[in-house]
Amino acid sequence: MSSESGSALRLFADAMSAGDIETVDLTHALDPDFPVIILPPEFGQCAPFRVEEISRYDERGPAWYWRNFTCGEHTGTHFDAPVHWITGKDHPNATVDTIPANAFVRSVCVIDVSRQCSEDEDYLMTVEDIEAWEKENGKIPAGDWVLLRSDWSKRSGAEYLNFREDGAHSPGPSAEAVKFLIEERDIVGFGTETVGTDAGQAHNLSPQYPAHSLFHGANKYGLQCLSSLDRLPPTGAVLVCPPLKIKGGSGSPLRVLALVDRSAA
Amino acid sequence: MTEPLKRPPQKNPQKRTISPTLPPYLRSRKAIAFSAAAAEGQLAMQVCGQCHQVTYPAREICPKCWSMDLRWETIVDGGQLIAETKLRSSINTYFRERMPWRIGTVQLDAGPTALMHLHGDIKPGGRVKIIARTDKSGQGVLFALPEKETPDMADDRQLRELTCDPKHRRVLITDGRSELGRSMALAISDAGAAKIFVGIAEDWRGYEGQDEMQQIRGVELKPLDITDTISVDELAGDIGGKTDILINTAEHVRPGPTMTRDGILTARDEMEINYFGLMRLIQAFGPGMRARGADGDNSACAWVNLRSVYALSNWPAYGAASASQAAAHSLAQCLRGELAGSGVKVVNVMHGPLDDAWQQPLPPPKVTPGQLAGSVVQALQQGIETVALGPVAEDIVQRWKDDPMLLERELTQVARSMES
Repeated sequence: MSSESGSALRLFADAMSAGDIETVDLTHALDPDFPVIILPPEFGQCAPFRVEEISRYDERGPAWYWRNFTCGEHTGTHFDAPVHWITGKDHPNATVDTIPANAFVRSVCVIDVSRQCSEDEDYLMTVEDIEAWEKENGKIPAGDWVLLRSDWSKRSGAEYLNFREDGAHSPGPSAEAVKFLIEERDIVGFGTETVGTDAGQAHNLSPQYPAHSLFHGANKYGLQCLSSLDRLPPTGAVLVCPPLKIKGGSGSPLRVLALVDRSAA
Repeated sequence: MTEPLKRPPQKNPQKRTISPTLPPYLRSRKAIAFSAAAAEGQLAMQVCGQCHQVTYPAREICPKCWSMDLRWETIVDGGQLIAETKLRSSINTYFRERMPWRIGTVQLDAGPTALMHLHGDIKPGGRVKIIARTDKSGQGVLFALPEKETPDMADDRQLRELTCDPKHRRVLITDGRSELGRSMALAISDAGAAKIFVGIAEDWRGYEGQDEMQQIRGVELKPLDITDTISVDELAGDIGGKTDILINTAEHVRPGPTMTRDGILTARDEMEINYFGLMRLIQAFGPGMRARGADGDNSACAWVNLRSVYALSNWPAYGAASASQAAAHSLAQCLRGELAGSGVKVVNVMHGPLDDAWQQPLPPPKVTPGQLAGSVVQALQQGIETVALGPVAEDIVQRWKDDPMLLERELTQVARSMES
C-alpha cells in the first residue's frame, strides 16, 4: 500500500483488466419461469418474478423502453439476512440495509458434494465431508463464505424443486455440519444452488431447517439459487454478493459474482 | 335431414379473412328486454296484465286493450309453421353472404303469429319448438326447431349462427392445473372440439391429474400463467389466430372478509388472477377473436367466464374474493361491449360455492367441477350467454333480479356474516 502503483487495489484492477482475474457470474436470470419456494397453501407465498412494460418506443414513451418488475425478497438468486428467521430477529444490523457491507466481499470455500447428491437427492452434507475437504484444502478461514456445490443448478423444470407428495427433495447441510461451520469455523455465511439453504426435507431434521434456524440464529447470512459453482476452485476465489439495500429487508434478489485468479493456470 | 358438419379444411392463406357483418340490430328499448331474456335462453314475451293477451314484437301498450301493464313472462314454446320461404336476395350484407336463408311464419301456441328463422329439418306445416337466442348482433331473435330432435340437428347452418358449438372448433382452457380444468377439457373433448389447448402455469411443479389430462383426446398442453403478461402474450402469439372459444378456468378463491386477513397479499393474488388475469387475456386474445367472428365453420364464437354468483352481491364469508369477482364481472360487461358486433359471445356462467379445497367446510349444495364443465358445454351448444348454475346461484340471481338492495341486506345481516 506504500505507493499508488503497488497498492493491492491497483494490482487487483490491473489483474482484472488483463483478464488474470476471471469474473464468474453465479446468478440465475430473474425470469418469470424460475421456480420459487412453495409453502403449504394456507401459508403466505413468495411472489414470483413479474414484469410489466411502462413503455417500449411506443405511445406510452416514444423513445424509451422500461419496465416495472415485482417479486419477493426471496425470489430468484437471493440473499437471506439473519432477520429472515425467527432465531435471528433480535440481532443488531440483521436486515439487508444494515448488515456491514464488508460481509459482501469475502473469500469463499466451495465444498463439492455433487457426487453424493447425484446418488442421493436428499443428501445431507456431513461434518466428515467438511473435514475431508479441509484435509485437501486447508482449514476453512473464519469470516469466509462457504458454498455447498451440489450441481443442482444444472437441473431445470420440475427436477429443480423435485416435488413429490411428501414435499421437495433436494440436498442441503446436516444440522451437525451447520453447527460445525458456526461454532468451529465462524464462517460469515453459507450458500447453495438449491431453492433454499436447507435440504428439501429439512422440516424433518432436528432442529427443523437447521441452516435457517442455526445460521441466522448465529447472525450468519445465506445465499441460494446460485449457479455455476462447478466453475469455482475449492479455495482462493472472492465472492461479491451485495443485496439490494431494502429498508428493513429480510433478503433480496442479487447478482452474485466470484472473482477467480486465473494467473496461476 | 341435417348434413353433419365436416371438419373445416385448412384456411387458404391467400384469401382475406371475412370481416364480421351483422343482421339488423336496432331495437327499441322495450325490445331489448326480449334480447336479455334470449341471452339467458328464455323465450319471453309481453303479457298484458289486464287482458292476458301475449304480444310480439315488443310494444309500449297492449294492442288489444291498450293497457300499459305489459309484463315480460316466459311463454310456452310450441307452435305450428303456417308459411315459409327461402330468401335468395337481401339488401342486408349479413344475409346476402348466407343465402339461401329459410324463414317462416309460425302460429305460436301462446297466441301471436311471428316471423322467424327456421331449422332445415322442419317439415312444411309441421309442429315446431320455438327458442329465443341472441344472434351475431347480440340481439334476440326467434328460431323454430323441429318439435322432436333430428339427427345432427345442431349442425344446421342457420342454427349454428346462433350457437357457439365446440364441435370442430379450437378451444383454449386457461388453467389446466385444477380438477375444474381437467373436467372442462374432458367435456369439451366429448363435445367434438378439434383441438383443446390447455394452459399450464408453473410447469416446474407437478399437479394432480397430469397424466389423465394428457390422455384426453385433442388436448395440447401450453405454458400459460395469466399472472404473467409475457406468458399470456407469448401464447397469444402462438395460438391467438386459431382460438375459437376461450374458457377462463383460472380462479383464485380464499375464504375470509378483510379484518380476519392480515395484509393485502391474498387479496392481491385474487385480483391478479380473477381481474388482472382476465384483463391480460382480453388484451392478448380479444383482438384476434374479434376479427375472426365470421371466419367460417370454425369462426371465433365465444369467450367463457366462470364467476362466483357473489360477484353480484358480496358475501362477507368470502368477502375479499367476492370483491375481486365483482371487479371481474364488471370487466366481463366491458368485454361484452368490446366484442359487440364481432359475432363473439361473452358467456358468463355464475355458480355457487364450488366443491373444491378452498370451499371444503361449506355445506352442500355445492357445484362440482364436472357440473360446471357440463353447463359450459350446454351453454355453448345452445348459444346461451348467461347461466346461473346450481340452487345457490339460481336463488341469488333471482333475488338479485327482484331487489339487489334487499339481497345486500340479507347477505350482510348478522346471521350470514357470522358464517365467516
